[in-house]
Amino acid sequence: MSFNINEYYKELSNGDVLVAYKGSITSDLINELLEAIEQKLEKADEIGKTRKKLYNILVESLQNLFHHIEEHPEGIDEIEPKFGIVSIAKDKGDYKVTTANFIHSSKIKHLKDKLDKINSLSREELKDMYKFILNHQKLSAKGGGGLGLVDIARKTGNKFDYSFYDYNGSYYFFRLTITI
Amino acid sequence: MEPLSIAGTAKTPSVSFDAAKGVLEIKGRSIPENSIEFYKPLVDWLEDYTDTPNKTTKVNVQLEYFNTSSSKCILDVFKKLESIHKGKGEVQINWYYEEDDEDMLEAGEDYESIIRVPFKMIEIVD
Repeated sequence: MSFNINEYYKELSNGDVLVAYKGSITSDLINELLEAIEQKLEKADEIGKTRKKLYNILVESLQNLFHHIEEHPEGIDEIEPKFGIVSIAKDKGDYKVTTANFIHSSKIKHLKDKLDKINSLSREELKDMYKFILNHQKLSAKGGGGLGLVDIARKTGNKFDYSFYDYNGSYYFFRLTITI
Repeated sequence: MEPLSIAGTAKTPSVSFDAAKGVLEIKGRSIPENSIEFYKPLVDWLEDYTDTPNKTTKVNVQLEYFNTSSSKCILDVFKKLESIHKGKGEVQINWYYEEDDEDMLEAGEDYESIIRVPFKMIEIVD
């Protein structure tokens, strides 16, 4: 049995969910989600500091998703192009931002190593890593700079929670949850 | 010098230079998906400005949000300012952050530790 995206999405949409979305991840969609969440946070009267942190992290994680999304994973015709999932939920006073997307099995090791590395670093070490990448690495043509995850880890002070679900042997569904 | 004025949008900051006062101002949000395109005119303008800068240039950076794609471009802008400061004119960077916004203060301190230009961290109190 392969991983069931619809079941998974249903599960994610349970509880105190501010925003849940599944479908194509486009620039327009990101704008819409950011606008929606900004309005919700304003209505919820969330304190400025948390609101800013959450908004910043959302920008980063949605743009990360946008830059890394697979246009059309081979052999997965049942799903629309640039498919991804986004959910923002409140859980016992914390916010949880979850993103999920297809990833080719060949890219898993690199990503997993990066996440584990970031998870292993202290606050000071993350700061040094951020400054090193900022000062030494060029921006990619897509505009990403390899700083997104480090920045998120620095701002939240929390560890990444993630999984790779086997979808069809060559593609996996990658889920990343950020706690704020 | 050509005047510099870029209007702000929901995802990009306003940029302006007041030649009479020698004040360069970057204000608003900087969260475009690809920031290189946005910052290129400013970096190019600074390149020209390096040859004939004002005696002193004050740079006010007041950002509400900026993403990591912008953070590299902002560093490029600061590097240009650094060469002006090392060369023909004095530069001071005023980094504004809202009360309690430790992330923004820390971001300013990161730049301060990389760029050899005097920085002033200014807290905006409501």
